Amino acid sequence: MGVSLLLVIGRLIKLQVFEHDRYKTLSQENRLKIVPVAPARGLIYSHEGVLLADNRPTFSLEIVPERTHDLPKVMRELRELMTIGDDDLKTFYRSVRKKRRFEGVPLVSNVGEEDVARFVVDRHRFPGVAIVARLSRYYPRGAQLAHVVGYMGRIDEAETKQLDTSNYSATTHIGKTGVEKSYEAMLHGRVGYQEVEVNAEGRVIRVLKRVPSEPGRDLHLSIDTRLQRAALQELGAKRGAVLAADPRTGAVLALVSNPVHDPNVFVGGIGIDEYKALRDSPDRPLFNRALQGMYPPGSTIKPFVALAGLDSGLRTPATASWCPGWFSLAGQRHKYRCWKKTGHGHVDLGRAVAQSCDVYFYRLAHDLGIERLHAYLSRFNFGQPTGIDLPSEASGLLPSPAWKRKSRRLTWYPGETLITGIGQGFVLATPLQLVTATAMLANGGRRVTPRVVSHTVDRRAQTSTPVEDPAKAEAPFIRAADRLQIVQSMERVVHGSDGTARTVGLDAPFRFAGKTGTSQVFRIKQGQVINNKNVPEHLRDHALFIAFAPVEAPVIVLAIVVEHGGSGSEAAAPIARRLLDQYLSADTTEMRQVGGG
Amino acid sequence: MAADSLLPAISRFHLDPPLLTAVLILCAMGLLVLYSAGGQQMGVVIGQGVKMAAGLGIMVGMAQIPPAQFRRWAPWSYAIGVALLGLVMLHGTGRGAQRWLDLGVIRFQPSELMKIAVPMMVCWYLSNAGMAPGFRRTLVTLGIVMIPAALIAEQPDLGTATLVAASGLSVLFLAGVNWRLLGVGTIVTAAGAPVLWYYMHEYQRQRLLTLLDPENDPLGSGYHIIQSMIAVGSGGLYGKGWLNGTQSHLEFLPERSTDFIFAVLCEEFGLMGVLLLLSVYLFVILRGFTIALAARESFVRLFAGSLTITLFIYILVNMGMVVGQLPVVGIPLPFISYGGTSLVTLLASFGILMSIHTHKRLLSN
Repeated sequence: MGVSLLLVIGRLIKLQVFEHDRYKTLSQENRLKIVPVAPARGLIYSHEGVLLADNRPTFSLEIVPERTHDLPKVMRELRELMTIGDDDLKTFYRSVRKKRRFEGVPLVSNVGEEDVARFVVDRHRFPGVAIVARLSRYYPRGAQLAHVVGYMGRIDEAETKQLDTSNYSATTHIGKTGVEKSYEAMLHGRVGYQEVEVNAEGRVIRVLKRVPSEPGRDLHLSIDTRLQRAALQELGAKRGAVLAADPRTGAVLALVSNPVHDPNVFVGGIGIDEYKALRDSPDRPLFNRALQGMYPPGSTIKPFVALAGLDSGLRTPATASWCPGWFSLAGQRHKYRCWKKTGHGHVDLGRAVAQSCDVYFYRLAHDLGIERLHAYLSRFNFGQPTGIDLPSEASGLLPSPAWKRKSRRLTWYPGETLITGIGQGFVLATPLQLVTATAMLANGGRRVTPRVVSHTVDRRAQTSTPVEDPAKAEAPFIRAADRLQIVQSMERVVHGSDGTARTVGLDAPFRFAGKTGTSQVFRIKQGQVINNKNVPEHLRDHALFIAFAPVEAPVIVLAIVVEHGGSGSEAAAPIARRLLDQYLSADTTEMRQVGGG
Repeated sequence: MAADSLLPAISRFHLDPPLLTAVLILCAMGLLVLYSAGGQQMGVVIGQGVKMAAGLGIMVGMAQIPPAQFRRWAPWSYAIGVALLGLVMLHGTGRGAQRWLDLGVIRFQPSELMKIAVPMMVCWYLSNAGMAPGFRRTLVTLGIVMIPAALIAEQPDLGTATLVAASGLSVLFLAGVNWRLLGVGTIVTAAGAPVLWYYMHEYQRQRLLTLLDPENDPLGSGYHIIQSMIAVGSGGLYGKGWLNGTQSHLEFLPERSTDFIFAVLCEEFGLMGVLLLLSVYLFVILRGFTIALAARESFVRLFAGSLTITLFIYILVNMGMVVGQLPVVGIPLPFISYGGTSLVTLLASFGILMSIHTHKRLLSN
């Protein structure tokens, strides 16, 4: 008997003295739980301070089964009061079984305001039923900035694997596109937590410690919503893209891809059918043409080719070419045609750009050779991503013999150099690349990286941090005299009596420079004559236009692509004029000079 | 009542002052721990206090009955007890196990009665012959013990069955055991273990397996033992303080006001609190043995001894279970655990001890 008593006492000493630390830890682990607290996501504002992405309370109806007396009866009465679908009920009963009895189970995930009001009045009748408010993303401007701001959606499995799971432990949604995605880390903030004491069931007994979450940083975009809206209206029903940027800083002033889509439908979870309709629409509203649409730049590439001619010393501004309406390579019978069948006659650089003479550029491209042409156009960022602060940018295509050998296993033909010189053939550029290249021309030859976010703001500390352009400090890579020649020739496009877009420059209160482009969607056979008006729409040419203004000190560059719009001078250039008119009217110029400095 | 008039009153009512003092201390400790373990509900404490008062009344009542009377009642109470156990088998009620007999007014647990009736019967049987029991008498004694024990185990209530069997066999031990027979018995028991295993309920087997390796099934049957050991170990030397036990208050501890209340005590009062409780228990046990040794007549001596041993087994089995040395059987901690049934039986046996002591003294006087 004594021995057995000693055994028990020995055991007690072992547990309470020698193994005390271990059991103390175990008992702490038992009772303490860390509950994460989601940070408030940063807001997104336009340049003028218009709220573009907000956190809005959405209401869900939740039921704590433990606290209702007669669940079927409660359900019956709730259905009389408000709209509760059969699907909601099914989902509810399924999750009731998975949750603990004291945990709220959502019944309706997005309760309308009227239903909220009706429920609140009768709340006393429903113990254990509550309207729970949660913050979810809302885009007040809807579709207007969908391709810039992007949208948020539920975190999917692939994202879960890459996330900092502790920082996202209280978060269900994540940026999927646009700046919502590219600035995710800044917008998200830092998770907070509560250390709580729980009982064996896991019910929270009390909060022991609170570490508040840190809200994400607000984003201030350089996008001017007035310009953005105007550009969207200009495109109307046409598919296409409009990009506007400040050539001095690379700040993007407008980024439009038409058609647009409503980003709000993704936040609450989009239905499969609705998503399929968006995805499979022939207009491709989810496709961001501004960043991902790759178009033959057509004649809009000519100012850059001309610059290569001056820079290489192969041409002077006065060097003239003879354009009989076609060009042939020595020893070949194939005729590379000028858009003007009767020919331009003698053309110097100014006229070649103003009238977009193809023969001048065939010859120039031939003289430069593909390697030199490739090297020079690369400087303007053709064929490579611009590095904009938005996800999924396409890099376009700037062909070279090496590229052709590698990707097509074919040798480069001299004829391909010619059509590269007029922006046809293999060469493809995104509207973003066009606007970036034009900005480098406008700003005197400095590299710029386009940016849609100008600065980020820590709301609590009231501090603002600018988003730096990594290329800003670099020296110009073109000679000022060469640049002046090109700018003058582009000015002649809109203001000269012989410019291809002379109608759009009429009566302008400012001087601007531009270049039209009309890129072929399908190849015209040798000797075939096509009237664009009689061709089905999807085979019509793309209309392009690049511009900057005012020429003396450019503050805005534009790149416009109207898919299957026909000629650049008719479909794209007028849009540019109207946007420049709006943007350069006195009040906005003032503001822009303060803001864009 | 003044102190000088208290003592004569106590001896007039056949009460033993040291035992009474120890019992009252134990009851007070019990209520203290229960207040914490029961979620600080005064109602629980008052309810238990009422049961204690009733038990103390029964104790006083038992103390008035002369020991000779118990001897006369021994065969009858045993026979009635076995009969009632049989009735429970046929008409018993209770959750999961059939232990209760519904008498309309009160519900009654015949197995509790047997905790006293069985040792009393064995004492009666062995004291009739004097001297150490031989092979035949040992066999008969085993029969007397095993019939009710088997009936109780069948209910199933392994804890009470163990206790009843232990209390009966303790008499055999006190009467002078034949060591050769004990050796044979041990071997037979060891050989019979697989047979026993075969007759065990699934949950009983599970408890045994769990005891051997609680971590094997930490969320299932091992959960209770692990949580209990965490409560005990985390208490340390001085405990977390009264009402501060997290294992008990946050409901990690199972049966915290009944079978596992010892863990609450360990958690909140630490090893020091445990040693204090143990010293009171030891005092009671030593007092019990003193009473047994002082008794002149063999029935009374055996009876007092076996009641004391029963109390000791109670304590050992409960503590062993809480600290994870013994399987989980439903045995409460005397005076501390919540519940009236076993408390009343315990206090009744204390009344008997007092009766044995005081009536002898009256006789010698």
